[in-house]
Amino acid sequence: MIYFDNVSKLYNDGRSAALQEVTFQVAPKEFVSIVGHSGAGKTTLLKMIIAEDKPSHGQVFFESLDIHKIPRTKLPHYRRKIGTVFQDFKLLPHKTAYENIAFAMEANGRTDEEIHENVPQALSLVDLDDKAWNFPSELSGGEKQRVAIARAIVNQPDIIVADEPTGNLDPIATYEVVQILRKINDLGTTVIMTTHNKGVIDELGRRVITMDEGRIVRDDATGKYAL
Amino acid sequence: MLTGIRRIVKAGFVGFWRNAYVSLASVFVITVALFVIGSTMFIDQLLTTSLQSLQSKVDINVYFVPSASQDEVDAIRTAVAALPDVAAVTYTSREEALARYRERNQNDEIAMQALAELDENPLGANLAIQARETSQYENIARFLEERRDSATQTPVIDEINYERNKESIDALTNIIGAVEQASIATMLVLIVASILITFNTIRLAIYTAREEISIMRLVGASNMFIRGPFMLQGVMYGLVAGVFSLMIFYPIMVWLGPRTEAFFEFNLFTYFISNFSYIFGVLIGIGVVLGLISSVLAVARYLRV
Repeated sequence: MIYFDNVSKLYNDGRSAALQEVTFQVAPKEFVSIVGHSGAGKTTLLKMIIAEDKPSHGQVFFESLDIHKIPRTKLPHYRRKIGTVFQDFKLLPHKTAYENIAFAMEANGRTDEEIHENVPQALSLVDLDDKAWNFPSELSGGEKQRVAIARAIVNQPDIIVADEPTGNLDPIATYEVVQILRKINDLGTTVIMTTHNKGVIDELGRRVITMDEGRIVRDDATGKYAL
Repeated sequence: MLTGIRRIVKAGFVGFWRNAYVSLASVFVITVALFVIGSTMFIDQLLTTSLQSLQSKVDINVYFVPSASQDEVDAIRTAVAALPDVAAVTYTSREEALARYRERNQNDEIAMQALAELDENPLGANLAIQARETSQYENIARFLEERRDSATQTPVIDEINYERNKESIDALTNIIGAVEQASIATMLVLIVASILITFNTIRLAIYTAREEISIMRLVGASNMFIRGPFMLQGVMYGLVAGVFSLMIFYPIMVWLGPRTEAFFEFNLFTYFISNFSYIFGVLIGIGVVLGLISSVLAVARYLRV
C-alpha cells in the first residue's frame, strides 16, 4: 500500500543526501520497523509518507496515488488517511486529552454523535478513560504518547506512521506504547515505526528495515536489531 | 458546513479564553491604537469646528450710497447671493442702519446733534457677505468691484471693505491651511504606527501558536478550519478593544467637555454623546478590521509549506 520507487533526497546541490535510491514497499496490515543511527534517513522517509517533505528524485505512492503530485488544497484530505505519532507527542497544549482527540475528528468533518461515541472508545483503547479532561501539561510522557496514539487511530486511518514513538519514554511506558501499537496492528491497521530501541524490535519480532547513510542496508521479514 | 462553522466559533471562543494572557495583551495594544485613532478624530473635529467658528466671524461689507435705489440694491444683493462661493448675505436697510447707528452712539451727544440737524438719513444700506472658504473672499470682492466700475451712471456702491479686511483674511486662510495639513500628517503617522503595532502584536500572539498550527495541519485540518478560530479571535480582540477605548474616552470627555467649551466654544462631550453611534461604529469597525486582517496575514505565514 506504500511504495517507494528509487527515492533520493539531496541537499546542498546534491553534495549531501538524506536518502539515496530507496526502494521498498509495505503491504497492508504489515508492522514495519525502521532502524538506523541518527541521520540515517529514517525521519526523512516518514516525512515523505505524510507529504511533509518532497523527494529530489523518485516517487512515493500511497496505493496508486503519487503522494507528491497531490495538490496542496487536497493535502488535508490525504493526511486524514494517515495517523501520525511523534517522539515529542505534538499535542495541542490548550486542549484537553479528549479535545485533542476530538479535534482530529472535527477536522475530518465527523458528526458530533460519532465524536461522542468514538473519542471515549479511543481513550479506553489506550487506557486513559480517567484522564480525558486533563491538559497535556498534566499528563506524564507515556500518557501523552497514548493520547497521541488515540488521536492517530480515532479516524480509523489505513496506516499509522510513528516517528520514534518511544524515544522520550521510560521502559514501562515504552512497553505500554508498543503493546498498544501491536494491538492496533492486530486490529488491521498498517504500522510504520522508526526506533532506536533494540528491546522494542526484539520484543515485536516483525519486519525490520535497517538504514545507513540514506540507504536500505537490510530488510528482514522477522528481524532482529542488528547494527 | 454548519457544524464546521459552529466548531470554528467554539474553538475561537475557547482559544480566546484559554490564552487569556495573550488575548489580554492583544486587546490592550489594540485599545491603545484605537485610543490614538479616536484622539486624532476628536482633535480634528475640535480644530475644524473652531476654525469654522472663526471663519464665520469674517465677512466683507458692501456699503451703498444713500441715493441708491432699492431696485439697484436688490439687483446686486441677488447677484451676490447667487455666487457659488457665497455662504450667506445679510442685508441691512437704510432705516436699520440708522437705528443701529443711533443705538451705538446714544451716549455721544455731538453725533446725535449732527444727526438731528440733517433732514434725511445720511446712511446707505449695506450687505454683509460671508464666503464658504476664506480664500474665496478675493473673488467675491473682485466681482463686486467690477460691478462698481462698470456702472454707467452714478455708482451705487460706495465702498467695499475687502482691502481693509484683506490682511486678517489672508492670515486666517494661511493658518487654516497649515493647521489642516499638519493635522492630516500627524493623523496619518499615528494611524500607520498604531496599525503596524497592532499587526506585530497579533503576529507575535500567533507566533506562539505556530507549533499548534503545524500540528493541526498534520492531523489533516483544512486551512479554513485552522484559520477560522484565529480570525474570530482577531475580531474579538477588536470588539473588546473598541468597547475598552470607548470606556476610556467617556470620563476624558466628561472632563474635557466644559474646558473645550470655554476655550474653543465647542463642547467635546456634547459632540461625543450626540455622535456616539458614529464614533462607536468607527472605533469598533477599525478594531475589528485591524484584528481580522492581522490574524489572516499572521496565520497565512504558517499555513504555507
